[in-house]
Amino acid sequence: MADDLPLLLGLLLVAAAGTAAVLVRDPVRQSFVLSLFGLALALVFLLLQAPDVALSQLAVGSALTPLMVLLSVRKVRRKARSERREEHE
Amino acid sequence: MSSRLRLWVLAAGGLGVAVLFVLACFDLPAFGGLRHPYGDRAVHAALARHTANTVSSVNFDQRAFDTLGEESILFGSVVGTVVLLRQTRDEGRLPPEPATVAPPVRRYALIALPVTLLIGLYVIAHGQLSPGGGFQGGVVVATALHLLYIAVDYRALERIRPVGLYEVADAAGEAAYLLVGTAALVTGAAFLTNFLPYGTFNTLSSGGTVPLLNAAIGVEVACGVVVLLARFLDQAVEIESGDRDDEAEAGT
Repeated sequence: MADDLPLLLGLLLVAAAGTAAVLVRDPVRQSFVLSLFGLALALVFLLLQAPDVALSQLAVGSALTPLMVLLSVRKVRRKARSERREEHE
Repeated sequence: MSSRLRLWVLAAGGLGVAVLFVLACFDLPAFGGLRHPYGDRAVHAALARHTANTVSSVNFDQRAFDTLGEESILFGSVVGTVVLLRQTRDEGRLPPEPATVAPPVRRYALIALPVTLLIGLYVIAHGQLSPGGGFQGGVVVATALHLLYIAVDYRALERIRPVGLYEVADAAGEAAYLLVGTAALVTGAAFLTNFLPYGTFNTLSSGGTVPLLNAAIGVEVACGVVVLLARFLDQAVEIESGDRDDEAEAGT
């Protein structure tokens, strides 16, 4: 049991971060939570002795995916802002 | 079929799957065991071919064909993104304005950039020896370049990122993988066979074709991610949709 404790904590962290990513509704904040979720997953992969997968997860899941979400949000918000500006004119 | 009957059919199917699933779970080996029949055989095959990192041996030697599929998925999705996020006829391009960056952010990003780049190249080069490889290192290299966007601004990033060249390199990486695989055919072996001499165990040149395929993947992934992010960044920073301006002008 004591051997499994770090893994158990890691899995709990993943569950908590995953739930938080669903419960947070604002896409910008969600991308940060998604990044934390990716970090937690990478930790679990490391604890399960899969450093190769952990590296992929770290690079893609906690850096690349949130960045792409942020860029998409920025594009959508910019469009909405310019539309609103035109309505005011 | 009435909706009530349909629900019954669904319930019967769901119950069947649940029972079979639970029964199958009882037959699973225990979680996190030290031995696994496939693991033992994979390690044995990797050591026989002088590849220290068994995962790389599985990816680029024992199951190199699977990796070709994965690489092609990435290549295809990058091509798809390039097509979808292209600048259409009714979209204009505003040159990005110089941005002011807080000095600590700039200092941190400028220090982190060369370090991250070096780590990425190291991870690619040592794919056959230590955890990592072309996929992981490629993404690290690509994200390292984008630290320049954080440290300075988008114009600085654009200067070191001629997208056309990266697109060519992306295709070249994909092609190199296929060519190394085809080279095995010339020697009379099957496609993607590890036909090169295996070299000395635990050195950079060990593993036969593993380092070559690994490098091809590294180039493909690094350039693919740069192109992918370039399209997203162009849309987020530079490209303005023009049709709404026309409507606004017509309305006034």
